[in-house]
Amino acid sequence: MGLLSDPNRRRALINLLTRLNAPICGMPVEWLVKTMQARGLEVYTQRFSRTLPFPDENKERYMVKGTNVYGILRAPRAPRTEALVLSAPCTPGDNNNQAVGLLLGLAQYFRNQIYWAKDIIFLVNDHDLIGMQAWLEGYHHTNTTGMDWSPLQGRGGSIQAALSLELSSDVVTSMDLVLEGLNGQLPNLDLANLFYAFCQKIGVLCTIQGKLQRNDWDSVSGYSHAVQTMMLMVMKQASGRPWGDHGLFLRYHIEAATIKGINSFRQYKTDATTIGRLLEGMYRKLNNLLERLHQSYFFYLMPSLSHFVSIGYYMPAFGLLAVILLLRALDLWVQLATPPPTTEDGIADIEQSSPGVLSVLTPLVISHLTGAALYMLPIRFQEMAVEHFPVSETEAVVLTAIAVYTAGLALPHNTHRLLSGEGTEQGWRVLKLVALLYLAVLLGCTALINFSLGFILALTLVPAAAFVTPHVPKVLSAFVLVILSPACTLLFSVFFFQELQEMPVSFLDGWLLYLSVISQGILDHFLYGSLVYPLIALLVYPCWLLFWNILFWK
Amino acid sequence: MKTHVLFNLFATFLLADGLNIEVSVFDFSLQLQISHRFVFLILNFTRNVAPLLINTQLFTRFLSRISQDSAGQFFSSGHTNNWAVLVCTSRFWFNYRHVANTLSVYRSVKRLGIPDSHIVLMLADDMACNHRNPKPATVFSHKNMELNVYGDDVEVDYRGYEVTVENFLRVLTGRLPPSTPRSKRLLSDDRSNILIYLTGHGGNGFLKFQDSEEISNVELADAFEQMWQKRRYNELLFIIDTCQGASMYERFYSPNLMALASSQVGEDSLSHQPDLAIGVHLMDRYTFYLLEFLEDIHPASKANMNDLFKVCPKSQCVSTPGHRTDLFLRDPGSVLITDFFGSVRKVEITTEAIDLTDPIKEVEERYMHSYVDQLPVSEIIHQKPKQKDWHPPDGFILGLWTLILLVFFQTYGVKHLRHIF
Repeated sequence: MGLLSDPNRRRALINLLTRLNAPICGMPVEWLVKTMQARGLEVYTQRFSRTLPFPDENKERYMVKGTNVYGILRAPRAPRTEALVLSAPCTPGDNNNQAVGLLLGLAQYFRNQIYWAKDIIFLVNDHDLIGMQAWLEGYHHTNTTGMDWSPLQGRGGSIQAALSLELSSDVVTSMDLVLEGLNGQLPNLDLANLFYAFCQKIGVLCTIQGKLQRNDWDSVSGYSHAVQTMMLMVMKQASGRPWGDHGLFLRYHIEAATIKGINSFRQYKTDATTIGRLLEGMYRKLNNLLERLHQSYFFYLMPSLSHFVSIGYYMPAFGLLAVILLLRALDLWVQLATPPPTTEDGIADIEQSSPGVLSVLTPLVISHLTGAALYMLPIRFQEMAVEHFPVSETEAVVLTAIAVYTAGLALPHNTHRLLSGEGTEQGWRVLKLVALLYLAVLLGCTALINFSLGFILALTLVPAAAFVTPHVPKVLSAFVLVILSPACTLLFSVFFFQELQEMPVSFLDGWLLYLSVISQGILDHFLYGSLVYPLIALLVYPCWLLFWNILFWK
Repeated sequence: MKTHVLFNLFATFLLADGLNIEVSVFDFSLQLQISHRFVFLILNFTRNVAPLLINTQLFTRFLSRISQDSAGQFFSSGHTNNWAVLVCTSRFWFNYRHVANTLSVYRSVKRLGIPDSHIVLMLADDMACNHRNPKPATVFSHKNMELNVYGDDVEVDYRGYEVTVENFLRVLTGRLPPSTPRSKRLLSDDRSNILIYLTGHGGNGFLKFQDSEEISNVELADAFEQMWQKRRYNELLFIIDTCQGASMYERFYSPNLMALASSQVGEDSLSHQPDLAIGVHLMDRYTFYLLEFLEDIHPASKANMNDLFKVCPKSQCVSTPGHRTDLFLRDPGSVLITDFFGSVRKVEITTEAIDLTDPIKEVEERYMHSYVDQLPVSEIIHQKPKQKDWHPPDGFILGLWTLILLVFFQTYGVKHLRHIF
């Protein structure tokens, strides 16, 4: 009982896999349609096209045109109200050449079973994330990113769960589970537990973040291994990008995960039939579900596959950081409220010019205008930059962004020319009070949506916000403030991330990686709606500029 | 004469030994065991020869008086018909085992003689035709598909969403709208022995129906009291297979109720075995062993309730089955399984003509029906209050007090602290 116990089917699957091992140019749409139809699925295609705001140098694409192919296996006895999705991205080259073969083998096996209560959609998407976005938007009739796609001809019911396959070799040593999705959203923990429990039952090694879990929790090295795994998850979640094709499903409240096959230098290898059995078991379990997965946590961090840290544990840590800001604000409020000590001749200085709110309005407006410039200028002026400088478009965008960011540092010296009067002692206090409250609200909201991003920003910005006043030594605190600014945080995070993955980079490579990370962040925002770039550009950076203003207050 | 009276006494003594006391002297039918054929012969001889040997009139008058009493006894004894109400209260595919439980009891009850017209079967979901069933039109109770309890002549009276608390209580009390078909009614009378079997998910004092409502043990006890007052049953056997099932019969107070449960309060009833091909647990442990026990019962079986109480001890069931017999008049050892699970009728063959001109005196009920306090008021009044554990004050209260203290000291200055400490 089970997949491929029939030797004929096993041979057919191996044939399929070896055929697909040959390099394919683009996506073999006609061949896929024919093969899926031969397996008894209802096959449909979807065309899509998209011009990226600037060329993507990592994946070498600019004007993207593609076709998604998907086949629907109708449940034999059930009404067509619910569906499950099994997807495999098809990219030319060796990157993911086995997944489609396994998908087709599974389709053939599933077609012969009668116990499916939900439709199963076998999706082969082109240009990985862009194709997946086009398919999802077409399926749910939404158009949030301005992509151009043809409407879907065939549809299953509402999708309950989805799995995405990435398989680059026909034998694997372990299966890696990828959970982080767009904007740091995670699927329900039950999906991860389901996968892990079933892997253990079948006897397949299972990893998360590419690391195997260890049994010695009490020892120092075991504990640090777990901390490293968790930090990797924090880094990945903070970046806000989908780390697998599954990341785009989460927005539609579809629990999804990506399963990657890893082939490392271990002796014990698992072949494709076992992976097929694993997937068959997963789908049967998902088939038996009667409602969407919602019983377990949606917000968690995983130091290993059998342990998790729930939101109830990690949120208080963030709360304590945010309380620092509030206490500082309270302190400033008290300082502002107490009248100043009387002067020597006993006459209280009634002529205190209470600055009011209007004087802080100017720095606020100017900071936010700078933020808006940081958001809009790099894309708009890339052609102009390319004309005048010998750089590619991507480099132009990234370097413009860095230029605008650095230009913002020069603002305080110029802002005071615009101010009507001189800044007073009260003035910077009011500004700092406003800035502290603004930062607290901002970080609180960010932590609610994407905890890792909020926490990392809080770690760097809260100390900066707390200590900065015009009276601290200027040069040293300016240096510290720049180190703690979002851009440098990103730079350090890049190096830290590479360290955690045990692939440390030299400074030059790290800098190039940093530039590509910025370009990816901007692209993610325009292609999939990731919120990290607008958040940093329009909200966090102006907030940080306010503190920079306070430092140079005269 | 003395020898024949002795013979008669000897015969009645032998007949009474080991057999049902209610068997009348004239019962020469198949119920006699082979070892009593000797007595039969003796009696035959006695009957045939006695009038020649003794005073005929005395003897016939003696026999007819016995027959009159026994006729009275025949018309006032025990039950005359059997009913069964079998209810599965949970739906969804992973509650396959509850439907299998109910269907296996249905199967036994039908096999032992209760017809479909006397069975009210309520199944909250359809497992046989569920989309997820890899073997459609079957419901298995043993793994490896040994026993299909769905069969081909199952008659479900209440199906799917019709299984509600209201419908169940209406079936029990008989308060159904006039348009209800006969197959959905419990048309029992005061000579009916009713078997009620419930299974599903339960807790302390309640049973869950359909994932959306519950029936409490008080409601159930009141329903049985209504049945008693309307004379809708003679004796009632109540079996429940849920978690904490014993809590459901705690509140019974009407006479002639016997109850069995698969687990005590605080214990969970466990399921028996999963089938890997079907992918769910097939049966609950208690009903699995109950089914095994019932498979050995045939219509002529003499197994009694004490054997039923022994079904599924803790070693097999993991939970502790419980039973309650204080409201039942007869001794459980004298109650046959077939009194509730089968539809056996007593047959009495007589060659004597019974004179029915005189009104037959009903045998007086020698016992008082035992009622139990519905609500033990005196216990509640005189109960000592439960010692509650002390918990530290709530965070909210603490926070509120801290805020008040802070504001106080903020306004009036710190120097007042001196007065406190």
